[in-house]
Amino acid sequence: MKVKVISRSTDEFTRERSQDLQRVFRNFDPKLRPQEKAVEYVRALNAAKLEKIFARPFIGAMDGHIDAISCMAKNPNFLKGIFSGSMDGDIRLWDIASRKTVCQFPGHQGAVRGLTASTDGSTLISCGTDCTVRIWSVPVAATLESDHASNKPIEANAVYVGKNAYWAVDHQWGGDLFATTGARVEIWNHNRSQPVNTFEWGTDTVISVRFNPGEPNLLATSASDRSIALYDLRMSTPARKLIMQTRTNSIAWNPMEPLNFTAANEDCSCYSYDARKLDEAKCVHKDHVSAVMDIDYSPTGREFVTGSYDRTVRIFPYNGGHSREIYHTKRMQRVFCVKFSSDASYIISGSDDTNLRLWKAKASEQMGVLLPREQKKHEYQEAVKNRYKHLPEVKRIVRHRHLPRPIYKAKELRRSVIDAEKKKEERRKAHSTPGSIVTESVRKRRIIREVE
Amino acid sequence: MPSEGGYLEAEGVEKTWRIKQDQLTREVDILSSRNQYDIVLKDLGPYTLDFTPSGRYMATAGRKGHVAIVDMKSMELIREMQVKETVRDIVFLHNETFFAVAQKKYPYIYNRDGIELHCLKEHGAVSRLQFLKNHFLLASINKFGQLRYQDVTTGEMIGNFRTGLGRTETMQINPYNGVVAVGHSAGTVSMWKPTSAAPLVKMLCHHGPISALAFHPNGHLMASCGREKKIKIWDLRKFEVVQTIPGHHAKTLDFSQKGLLAAGTGSYAQVLGDFSGTQNYSRYMGHSIAKGYQIGKVSFRPYEDVLVMGHSMGWSSILIPGSGEPNFDTWVANPFETSKQRREKEIHSLLDKLPPETIMLDPSKIGTLRPYKKREKPTKEEIEAEKEAAVESVKDIALKKKTKGRNKTSKRVMKRKVLIDKAKKPFLEKQMLEEGKVAGKKRNLGEETELPASLKRFVRKKAAV
Repeated sequence: MKVKVISRSTDEFTRERSQDLQRVFRNFDPKLRPQEKAVEYVRALNAAKLEKIFARPFIGAMDGHIDAISCMAKNPNFLKGIFSGSMDGDIRLWDIASRKTVCQFPGHQGAVRGLTASTDGSTLISCGTDCTVRIWSVPVAATLESDHASNKPIEANAVYVGKNAYWAVDHQWGGDLFATTGARVEIWNHNRSQPVNTFEWGTDTVISVRFNPGEPNLLATSASDRSIALYDLRMSTPARKLIMQTRTNSIAWNPMEPLNFTAANEDCSCYSYDARKLDEAKCVHKDHVSAVMDIDYSPTGREFVTGSYDRTVRIFPYNGGHSREIYHTKRMQRVFCVKFSSDASYIISGSDDTNLRLWKAKASEQMGVLLPREQKKHEYQEAVKNRYKHLPEVKRIVRHRHLPRPIYKAKELRRSVIDAEKKKEERRKAHSTPGSIVTESVRKRRIIREVE
Repeated sequence: MPSEGGYLEAEGVEKTWRIKQDQLTREVDILSSRNQYDIVLKDLGPYTLDFTPSGRYMATAGRKGHVAIVDMKSMELIREMQVKETVRDIVFLHNETFFAVAQKKYPYIYNRDGIELHCLKEHGAVSRLQFLKNHFLLASINKFGQLRYQDVTTGEMIGNFRTGLGRTETMQINPYNGVVAVGHSAGTVSMWKPTSAAPLVKMLCHHGPISALAFHPNGHLMASCGREKKIKIWDLRKFEVVQTIPGHHAKTLDFSQKGLLAAGTGSYAQVLGDFSGTQNYSRYMGHSIAKGYQIGKVSFRPYEDVLVMGHSMGWSSILIPGSGEPNFDTWVANPFETSKQRREKEIHSLLDKLPPETIMLDPSKIGTLRPYKKREKPTKEEIEAEKEAAVESVKDIALKKKTKGRNKTSKRVMKRKVLIDKAKKPFLEKQMLEEGKVAGKKRNLGEETELPASLKRFVRKKAAV
């Protein structure tokens, strides 16, 4: 007869010395783990609750300006710095890590309306309501060491005076051209004191401009006549125009899908468009209760942040109709500009109360260096929570956000208005011949027409 | 995976069930042969036993009050005590540091050091105890069929049910889904969960009282033995008998991790195995202990090829090759656990403690969609009840008392009648609608049979379209 019996020798299964790690043996047979799904569900519930416990998105405020902040600019070459311009002409460079001003760029007489940095990070361009465009050189030493040289004023390299007030400025990606907008769209070169090229379409002020990150010759502008216009620098005439029902305050191109852009509109929603097909919006992002003032994409291209007149900052997924996160503080008043940091971890918002605020992009993220075990644990919790987040108990916890009372009430009001309109429309449809009343999809509804 | 399972292969004309334990002793190594022994304790009554999930520690209790915790690896007696009362059952809680003993009047919970921690007075005199380790629930049953669930982390009594099917003698937990199966004297097995007062399943298994129950670790098979000397293997998905094994009156049954079934009858323990994979159990091995010793409980040791039998004179341990799972998972059950690992595991299992609502017959249903149910029309009783409720609510309304001679009794009565009629109106309308529909149908059927034959030629026949 042939016999074999399980016999385990202790030294094979225990550690040799006390400094060694304990030995771990795995057997992934599901029979050894009964009721796995229930255990996973309990873990998902606990993960959702822990996420809410650790959700502390606000890091700090950067104090220093004495008037509302009107615009911000990121330095593409330097992660830690951000430029901000205020309504009294004060431009500052901040060090995000210490939340202190590194240097100031005084000179503007009126509000600074636009700020942008060149792609190599050495030049800062600003424009304002005092009809000037100023070019500054960013001190490299100051950006590297933020401890000394705080609040040192810097002289402008060049000042170009124009005829009308300027509303926005943006720098070409990789090139040396920048565009300013005001009465018309003007393309400048760093060294020339007069614009190299001018585009004009219609008589209204053009209030924002954005260059395409993937296609350096393409730019999008939005004007007071509720239009969004696309321009190509290689052509002498403007390319395409889209007229909507309400004005667009700001535009942002998706850095990962450079043919798509999202427009932040006055009617409390953001519209994502494909630049090739402007007759229909790709997605309508609706969650704000007041005009959306500014928008910026994350470098991953998967989400974007918006700042609105209703004192909140929201983060939307690039293809989702509703926001995944909302940030608000009692002290933060109307948000005029937002920026997503270039490592996709932080959000900077500039608001009416003269402060720049630094927030985490993921509210419950543990910042700093994580041990591999910690990282694995975070990934596991995220995955198990996502697996069960459609079940009612988990969904209730994951979705829950505290809204300030005015926002909550305004949301309810909007909801009731929309419901009433919808009901009316349904009744009209029910009482008329089938097919005579056609409901337009929400993606087309706000577009008036597209013009070549 | 490091280890392979045990096996016993007979050569030539040898049959595996004729192989005795002393033949095995010669073939296996010394460490394994140490697992074959008999412990004889004559005075203190039939012994029942329980293992921790890792198979390292064993708790034994003799009927006359002898309670002992043994470390099976080193055969060391950790703690031994005499509770001076009848002990009917003993079970470990989540660890080897806590165990529950069903004593004469109440079950008690003890520490590893033998210190009495809790006296569970709400349970009363119980005959069997079982512990659900994922849910931290202690289930108990007394001989009248009162089933109780208690959460040992908070001490809350989760469920208290009268099974209502007569005298109960056996109780087992299905490890696959956490359902408690209770065997009654009428031959029925009922399955319970802590959140409902009615049993999930009631099965008529045997013609006589159920003497033993056991569950296969895969959750689909249940073995039951009745007094009519038959062991039946049930498929729990279809609730059908898969196999009937005649000739055994087993007082105790147990499945091993690899699916071998041990049946203890009198002083003979029979081990049956399913070797073709078709759920056809046949004789594998057998062992008879000294004549006159009655086997009270058989239990396979987890992760080892060992079967331990508690009998009236102590307990014995024999080798059954191929019964245990050779590869253990450190994070599930670790026979070589250190105290630090034990403490960490306790915390993690408390964090993953399942709520009692997760116990269901099919545990994979969590997270799936509920099947769409069509709303049924309310029955007549329900409609009547609604009507009465509406009328009652109307009757409570207080009518305004008019002055200046306008408050006549007849007028008040009339007003009340009008209100009641108004409340009844929608129900009557619905009724009329339904009757109209039914009458229409009846009319169509009745037309054919009403007229006598002589008048039929005057009926206008509908032209066939």
